[in-house]
Amino acid sequence: MEMESARSEQYPLRRREVVPRLLAERGDLLVVTGLGAPSWDATAAGDHPLTFPLWGAMGAAAMMGLGLALAQPKRRVLVITGDGEMLMGLGALPTIAAQAPKNLAVVVLDNERYGETGMQTTHTAGPADLAAIAVGAGIPVAADIFDEDGLADALPRIRSEPGPVFFNIKIRAEDLPLALPPKDGAYLKTRFRAALLGPGAD
Amino acid sequence: MEHAETTGWPGQIHAALREHEVRQVAYVPDAGHRELIAMCERDAAMTGVTLTTEEEGIALLGGAWLGGQRGVLLMQSSGVGNCVNMLSLARTCGFPLLMLVTMRGQWGEFNPWQVPMGQATPEVLRLSGAIVFEVDKADEIAETVNAAARMVFNGPSSAAVLISQRVLGAKTFGR
Ligand SMILES: Cc1ncc(C[n+]2csc(CCOP(=O)(O)OP(=O)(O)O)c2C)c(N)n1
Repeated sequence: MEMESARSEQYPLRRREVVPRLLAERGDLLVVTGLGAPSWDATAAGDHPLTFPLWGAMGAAAMMGLGLALAQPKRRVLVITGDGEMLMGLGALPTIAAQAPKNLAVVVLDNERYGETGMQTTHTAGPADLAAIAVGAGIPVAADIFDEDGLADALPRIRSEPGPVFFNIKIRAEDLPLALPPKDGAYLKTRFRAALLGPGAD
Repeated sequence: MEHAETTGWPGQIHAALREHEVRQVAYVPDAGHRELIAMCERDAAMTGVTLTTEEEGIALLGGAWLGGQRGVLLMQSSGVGNCVNMLSLARTCGFPLLMLVTMRGQWGEFNPWQVPMGQATPEVLRLSGAIVFEVDKADEIAETVNAAARMVFNGPSSAAVLISQRVLGAKTFGR
């Protein structure tokens, strides 16, 4: 299959500039991030008790967002993940569409690479289009974002448009310094629940 | 639905799930779970979530717990094979994970394609850190689900109740 292996090295949007804007003035936003770079990006933007950064469970991020969105229908839930991570759990898209939670937004940082493992191309460097897959899955609001204009338009929709919404942000393939969140999964869970549900939650 | 439907073991499981305040019911359908799925879908206190693959359910229920809700994952034994890496999520983070597994490939199975995973199911679950309860009598299923749910939600831990093909019987599988 033909891969455009150098294409994403030229994309204008940069992940470490996009993610802080996704998380700016986050209010009571609940966040789940996919393993690897998206978790490091969110940490670089500021570790937060109401961000659950995955360190494993590749393919889980969107489904964790769904479970959280169903449990907390009054809170906005944002999933930030990578194209490789999303491709591993594509079935989540029709599952989310079937449940149709209005409070869930899924954002993919699509560098067309498996960044964490050596920048190998993913299928999105070829013909695969995640936003089109989301449309086909039945997600009512789904689009690709290629540039600053698209991002500026999408930011308020990610935060408040009745969902589920799905945005695939084409970002530059680049190797960046790690910014690691706490690694203990039980701690991350307890910290999140205490911040959301109060100190009585264990 | 106002009250639990308590007839038969599926109704008894449903009542136990209500008692434990289970809110999210995730499943890939299995014929053995047909009645229970229908009861949960009718129950206004529960949200049924049809999955495309069972591993989605483990991530879903992790998210549910982060948000303060309890859940259950219903699947047949072949679905356990689809879950293996995701079981690490529940174990590493200490998410409560209650799994009710209808067994195939086990007791007079007519489909040889079900046998390898069915035979491996209890070991796969144990190796992945889940507590395993095996039941082969209909009148012991509900109390076993209760015991498992107590350990899961007080633990928290991962636990699976394996409902023997012997209980599910020829009626369900007499195709
Ligand atoms: C089940 C499984 N297979 C493979 C891996 C190895 N792995 C870790 S991160 C990763 C790539 C993630 O790529 P992507 O989601 O696109 O994020 P990026 O780093 O490119 O932003 C892979 C393949 C894994 N952790 N788990």
